Amino acid sequence: MHPMSIWRYANPVEFLRVSGAALPWFWAGTALCLATGLAWGFFGTPDDYRQGSTVKILFLHVPAALMAINAWLMMLAASLIWIIRRHHVSALAARAAAPVGAVMTVIALFTGAVWGQPMWGTWWVWDPRLTSFFILFVFYLGYIALWNAIDEPDRAADLTAVLCLVGSVFALLSRYAVFFWSQGLHQGPSLSLDRQENVDNAFYWPLLICIAGFILLFLSLVLLRTRTEIRARRLRALQNLQARA
Amino acid sequence: MSPLRAVLGRELRLALRSGGGAGLGLAFFLTVILLVPFGTGPDPDRLATIAVGTLWIGALLACLLSLDRLFQTDFEDGTLDILALSPLPMEMTVALKCLAHWLTTGLPLVIAAPVLAITLNLPGAAAPWLIASLAVGTPALSFLGAIGGALTVGIRRGGLLLSILVLPLYIPTLIFGAATVRAAIDGTDPTPPLLLLTGLTLAILALAPFAAAAALRINLR
Repeated sequence: MHPMSIWRYANPVEFLRVSGAALPWFWAGTALCLATGLAWGFFGTPDDYRQGSTVKILFLHVPAALMAINAWLMMLAASLIWIIRRHHVSALAARAAAPVGAVMTVIALFTGAVWGQPMWGTWWVWDPRLTSFFILFVFYLGYIALWNAIDEPDRAADLTAVLCLVGSVFALLSRYAVFFWSQGLHQGPSLSLDRQENVDNAFYWPLLICIAGFILLFLSLVLLRTRTEIRARRLRALQNLQARA
Repeated sequence: MSPLRAVLGRELRLALRSGGGAGLGLAFFLTVILLVPFGTGPDPDRLATIAVGTLWIGALLACLLSLDRLFQTDFEDGTLDILALSPLPMEMTVALKCLAHWLTTGLPLVIAAPVLAITLNLPGAAAPWLIASLAVGTPALSFLGAIGGALTVGIRRGGLLLSILVLPLYIPTLIFGAATVRAAIDGTDPTPPLLLLTGLTLAILALAPFAAAAALRINLR
């Protein structure tokens, strides 16, 4: 293997070494970005002329919603790597990301409800975006439940990978189907790369920093949880060896 | 006898004869519909507004609860291993099992639904669309259920897990199926949702056997 190949990190020992060295930096970056972004967002931006200070929940809501979707995409990529190249670290990373993604979904739904109550006059409506997040949450639950239900590690990894592929198709399909079913209250996208219809600059930069903070938080948590999974599996292997001896 | 007919015939005979419970799905459907008015009250207008949702969700649940006999018993007594060794590709075996499941579970629901719709005060003009949407949509329920059944076949008492895995997959089918009937009630054109439902079902019929067969192969390893 080429010494610079990325698959070098698929070796659990190498992964533990590199991730162990990188993790403190990830945590530091997370703390720095979230502290700066949230402080700037909450105290350094003006109140919206119609929404008042309620608008500032956007600094939690938008990054959490982004990561709720990206966590699933990461699980999909990791599942594909597991199916194609059989790297155990990849399967364990997918398993590690699922609860983090589920919690991000809950944060997005919860902050949305807190925002929606004063703005729309209701905690919850069956709006397409809200409903798709609800659906995404159920997919996370099913994925986590299937991992927990199967004892044999390789079989669990294979079957959850199949579920992740099928779930990806149907989560996407449901997202477009619910637009057919209901017109919503939720606003359109406020952020885009071509910056045609973005939020005001006053909100834009602190929001970007918060998003960076959530990405780093997600990566730190997934690295940490993957390391735990690797060690748990190693522990189990050692216990099995001992029981046999 | 061709292997196709042999497998299909075996599935149908097992479902119809050996207490396989072909009628149980239908009985369950009847019972659910019976319970709904006790929950909502007997007001005909109120029942009419929820008739579509009740009938479609009743059909989903009846289909879901009969999924465990799709692979479970064959997995436990080793029949599935023999089927895996047969000249038939696993995907085709899965498709035939789903077809048999639909013939013994989905099809009776399609026939019974318009009769039950009368008890729920569904407007008569919507009845043909109810039949059409269920006839087109229920095959997809059996084929999607096969994915969940194949994933959980090795798990003892996996019934609840099966529901969590399968029911979210039913969402698009439910949306287009119920939208067809509601459009007919509201007097708008019910063909667009029905066509979308048809496309969805065809895609599921074509692709779901591959996912289910992959999961079965993993479990048979």
